[in-house]
Amino acid sequence: MTNHWADIQNADLVLIMGGNAAEAHPCGFKWVTEAKAHNKARLIVVDPRFNRSASVADLYAPIRTGTDIAFLGGLIYHLISNDKIQHEYVRNYTDASFIVREGFTFENGLFSGYDASQRRYGDKSAWGYEIGEDGFAVVDPTLSHPRCVFNLLKQHYSRYTPEVVSSICGTPKELMLKVWDTIAEASAPDKVMTIMYALGWTQHSTGSQMIRTGAMLQLLLGNIGMPGGGMNALRGHSNIQGLTDLGLLSNLLPGYLTLPGDAEQDYAAYIAKRTQKPLRPGQLSYWQNYEKFHVSLMKAWYGKNATAENNWGYDWLPKLDTPGYDVLKVFDLMYQGKINGYFCQGFNPIASFPNKAKVGAALAKLKYLVVMDPLATETSEFWRNAGDYNDVDTAAIQTTVIRLPTTCFAEEDGSLVNSGRWLQWHWKGAEPPGQARTDIAIMGGLFHRLRELYRKEGGAFPDPILNIDWSYLRPDEPGPDEIAREFNGKALADVTDPATGAVLAKAGEQLAGFAQLRADGSTASGCWIFCGSWTQLGNQMARRDNADPYGMGQTLGWAWAWPANRRILYNRASADPSGKPWDPRKKRLVWWNGTAWGGTDVPDFKPDSPPDAGMNPFIMNPEGVARLFAVDKMAEGPFPEHYEPFETPIGRNPLHPDKPGVTSNPAARVFQNDLELFGKADEFPYAATTYRLTEHFHFWTKHSRLNAITQPEQFVEIGEALAKELGIQAGQRVKVSSNRGFIKAVAVVTKRLKPLTVDGKTVHQVGIPLHWGFTGVARNGYLTNTLTPFVGDANTQTPEFKSFLVNVEKV
Amino acid sequence: MATQDIIARSATTTPMPSVRQVGEVAKLIDTSKCIGCKACQVACSEWNDLRDDVGSNLGVYDNPIDLTADSWTVMRFAEYENPAGNLEWLIRKDGCMHCEDPGCLKACPSPGAIVKYANGIVDFNQDKCIGCGYCITGCPFNIPRISQKDHKAYKCTLCSDRVAVGLEPACVKTCPTGAIVFGSKEDMIEHADGRIADLKERGFEHAGLYDPAGVGGTHVMYVLHHADQPSLYSSLPDEPAVSPLVSLWKGVTKPLALFAMGAAVLAGFFHYVRVGPNRVEEDPEPGEPIVHEVDPSVHVVDPKGRE
Amino acid sequence: MDMNRRQFFKVCAVGLGGSSMAALGMAPPAAFADQVRHFKLASTRETRNTCPYCSVGCGLIMYSQGDGGKNVVQEIIHIEGDADHPVNRGTLCPKGAGLLDFVHSPNRLKYPQIREPGSNEWKRLEWDDALDRIAKLMKEDRDANFIERNEQGQTVNRWLTTGFLAASASSNEAGYITHKVVRSLGILGFDNQARV
Repeated sequence: MTNHWADIQNADLVLIMGGNAAEAHPCGFKWVTEAKAHNKARLIVVDPRFNRSASVADLYAPIRTGTDIAFLGGLIYHLISNDKIQHEYVRNYTDASFIVREGFTFENGLFSGYDASQRRYGDKSAWGYEIGEDGFAVVDPTLSHPRCVFNLLKQHYSRYTPEVVSSICGTPKELMLKVWDTIAEASAPDKVMTIMYALGWTQHSTGSQMIRTGAMLQLLLGNIGMPGGGMNALRGHSNIQGLTDLGLLSNLLPGYLTLPGDAEQDYAAYIAKRTQKPLRPGQLSYWQNYEKFHVSLMKAWYGKNATAENNWGYDWLPKLDTPGYDVLKVFDLMYQGKINGYFCQGFNPIASFPNKAKVGAALAKLKYLVVMDPLATETSEFWRNAGDYNDVDTAAIQTTVIRLPTTCFAEEDGSLVNSGRWLQWHWKGAEPPGQARTDIAIMGGLFHRLRELYRKEGGAFPDPILNIDWSYLRPDEPGPDEIAREFNGKALADVTDPATGAVLAKAGEQLAGFAQLRADGSTASGCWIFCGSWTQLGNQMARRDNADPYGMGQTLGWAWAWPANRRILYNRASADPSGKPWDPRKKRLVWWNGTAWGGTDVPDFKPDSPPDAGMNPFIMNPEGVARLFAVDKMAEGPFPEHYEPFETPIGRNPLHPDKPGVTSNPAARVFQNDLELFGKADEFPYAATTYRLTEHFHFWTKHSRLNAITQPEQFVEIGEALAKELGIQAGQRVKVSSNRGFIKAVAVVTKRLKPLTVDGKTVHQVGIPLHWGFTGVARNGYLTNTLTPFVGDANTQTPEFKSFLVNVEKV
Repeated sequence: MATQDIIARSATTTPMPSVRQVGEVAKLIDTSKCIGCKACQVACSEWNDLRDDVGSNLGVYDNPIDLTADSWTVMRFAEYENPAGNLEWLIRKDGCMHCEDPGCLKACPSPGAIVKYANGIVDFNQDKCIGCGYCITGCPFNIPRISQKDHKAYKCTLCSDRVAVGLEPACVKTCPTGAIVFGSKEDMIEHADGRIADLKERGFEHAGLYDPAGVGGTHVMYVLHHADQPSLYSSLPDEPAVSPLVSLWKGVTKPLALFAMGAAVLAGFFHYVRVGPNRVEEDPEPGEPIVHEVDPSVHVVDPKGRE
Repeated sequence: MDMNRRQFFKVCAVGLGGSSMAALGMAPPAAFADQVRHFKLASTRETRNTCPYCSVGCGLIMYSQGDGGKNVVQEIIHIEGDADHPVNRGTLCPKGAGLLDFVHSPNRLKYPQIREPGSNEWKRLEWDDALDRIAKLMKEDRDANFIERNEQGQTVNRWLTTGFLAASASSNEAGYITHKVVRSLGILGFDNQARV
């Protein structure tokens, strides 16, 4: 989230789209009801289903799953053509005025530089700004240049007329225009809309671009950085925010630092590429500090063994030969027999990944599988024949499976990062059952053993293993507090202020914040964005002062938020160029007081840079402004374009009906054996989507009796019209099949799913909750991901769980 | 000293203490803020150490499908297409209404098995319950349920144990959206007024408070978007009242109670008394597979039968 | 029945006086307000925690039976929302409200176990045996398949034949130490739940 949960109370308008906050985040959703109660806010829900969020909405509009870019693209054009944008914000705080390079084109559904044989954009050279002789990007503040971002944006979405959008999305035109006009009101500087989205946008083959379109909308309305505004990703799990912040992804290092690729053999070049110089005069371009963060990380991991001479252990980092070994790629390799060992730490891939048959077959090719979990997961028992639910030949599966019992939250100390980026410390309340151990103890125990084996026996490239700094008080089980102090970071030598020479932190002291990090090896910090969480003053994550002196809900004394305890990102943009809040009555966040920036939040800005110095609010971007034009950052182009889901009920892209190459995302990666498994509408006519229910959490709460009682048995949701067509009554069992398998479940027949008219056809949508499996105290059921396609978003490789095709039959 | 007094007691004619001026409490359930998440159901069972059976899905979101001796509150979901053609998902938390004039208490033949505290809470004492089921007959809202394990009647206590020590009921505490609030009855009516004004401003011209006079008002009240049609909310009674039959019984309560105390062995007989006249039951259509017998000794529920 | 005794009704849940008097036989069993259950949290230990499910990060208070003394095994008997928490303000959703049954689920794992190739059953393992065996499997695979240089002769130092899926609800501390270990081994097939 750019903002945070309690800040939603400051919204005047709430758009829930690509998520279902009432269902999946009820206690966060309370701040929507608070905004309604105390701010007279309106709630709009756009979703394929009339869901629990819709049940308390002021306005609900149905949409066909997977068509959100069309809906939002049309809205963008509607705002521009009706002059409903926050002009001053757009002109000053976005790249609307930047001139795009000559040669940038968009024709027949493709941007310039596409390589059809590789299914990717091999040449993105035209996807950038024109750079002047002074080395800065060329801008036209009058927005009249035909190649300025604003005009290209307008031109791109001029095709998204209300008629076209309604035909793609199936949203009735009048209702859609009503939603658009309501949203347009948020273009006033004192009217703020927030967008709450979640996996309903992420889990599409065009998911990243859906989110981008939402962000572009918010920029045009002037809502990023505003209290009650922002782009709010409602993370799905209690600490995937933290684990992402800590870089537990194939291509990342902690704090959104990135691993080098094979070609990056030279350390200096690796750093230089990531240390971006400002693209406009007077801008901060904060990533210029990249090396300070990187060296401090390597000092935290390798201690005194990381030196300037060995480039701070640069060669000890593995190098990537592809953009990343994401889970779809790894499971495809596993399916090909190229992976021998696999670890699942609190993760249940056979339930959570698409195409259960492929995932199960892949696991069966492993030599060894290690599962660490508090619960008996399906993955740990993938080899067990559970009848229809898991019909496998146990004797033929030659995988050794070792299952290690872990503690749960109640039995350990530590911190979690919520969606609002708050690091909150928690305390152990009881001993775990039996011999369960913490994940820390298991990782410590394993590493300790491996290091001893390498020390004694040698082996392949033991250097990083032997050079690691493992000076914990108990090497077998480092304490959570020791580790937290390590990722905050400490001074290895006295850290001084370069301007005054004053000592900021003495050697050995905990650092107060990432501004104290140095690139000379004098500081260590395992995750620069967490620097400040455990300072010399103690554990800041354990703070419990909920005072709210300004009544803006920012509670700066509660826990600790990254970065720098800042609650709302880009909050400089909540003030106008002269430094005054856009709305000084109800939207006070930060402002210029004549000598410094301050206010109700920690300014996301250089605190002493006066407004007339011209520094812009988006300090992480070399431009200093937010990008409506994504330059070369996205796989499928600088402007989001609607492409159909890989399994489309209409079989063509209405924007490009005669171009089969751009029916679906032309830049998405598809594995050969999965391409053959995509279903077609003639055999699988209904658009299906999977989701959570509020009564359950993934595949965990089916192990909890109290939750099993409230939603005991697997079901699917079918609209009344389709049910009538198929002769299905509520409570009967139905078989739902895709080209990858089938599930059987009870039919819930509802008025909440209505057939939509799309591209001249009637499209029925089927809703499939995901919470059941073949272990647990709830009634056993089929893993819903038996049905889903093995293809991901072109940027993140997040699977397309939200849009695919099924058939439905009475059992 | 007692912090609360019992001001009414089943099958008892002795005057109740009435000197201490205890404030009346109320729970207000705002259906317009309710998202049907069932947190209240779970919190209720967790607090009260109840674990109902893991049932089955009957083609609706409602689960458990009805109140039981182990489920003292359930969410009832109704899909309503309003005259403008727009869909409304009307979700109502069902459970004991804690009537000012409790029909269950009036109908109960066992002395002290049902009591009413000065703060308005109506509570069952299972130690004294003989399992006759008269409370079900007497209840205009069809709330109490007889357990098949111990043949005693159970229902929401409004967390009398929590309220007694100054806490709010478990369902109130947990409610994520603030759809359930708790306080003095006066404050709750005032809170409801604010909510009703907001709903009217959003186009619900018939928004109002449900605090039915037929039972003397209740200590569990609803804010309804359509206060003119309570029955839209899964058959919430439009005009609930204590059954005239119960009033008739009231005259013979004491002898019946004495009889009951002397002949508890007859409890088994009373146990099979069916639900009273307030409940409308339609025979399920033949061949409808969704009809589910929840508790055959008490009643039958047809999820399709509800609006 | 003697109805005058009704004045002894006591509804306070911690009514020790009432129950003592009843025990002394001063009143028939019905005379005291046993209607109101005893308040079960009166002397429990409170521990602050955070809900492990979604990312709202609701504050919890876990109530455990026992005073932390040497001879007691603290058992969590109730969990409810932390009213001081600025986001949830004491509320919990149905998942959070049911956390007690997650903590005490019959499907909690208690001991390390192994399923041997082709077998249809779990066998219990001691921790040392389990960790020794995993470390050995890892080292064998790493030593056999570690890639120090690619075909172009570039230093790449990666291990692709073993992968690691990190959790979604483990703490930052567990995540950080996991990352430190996984990268030092050269693993690239490394993701967490954020990927899906």
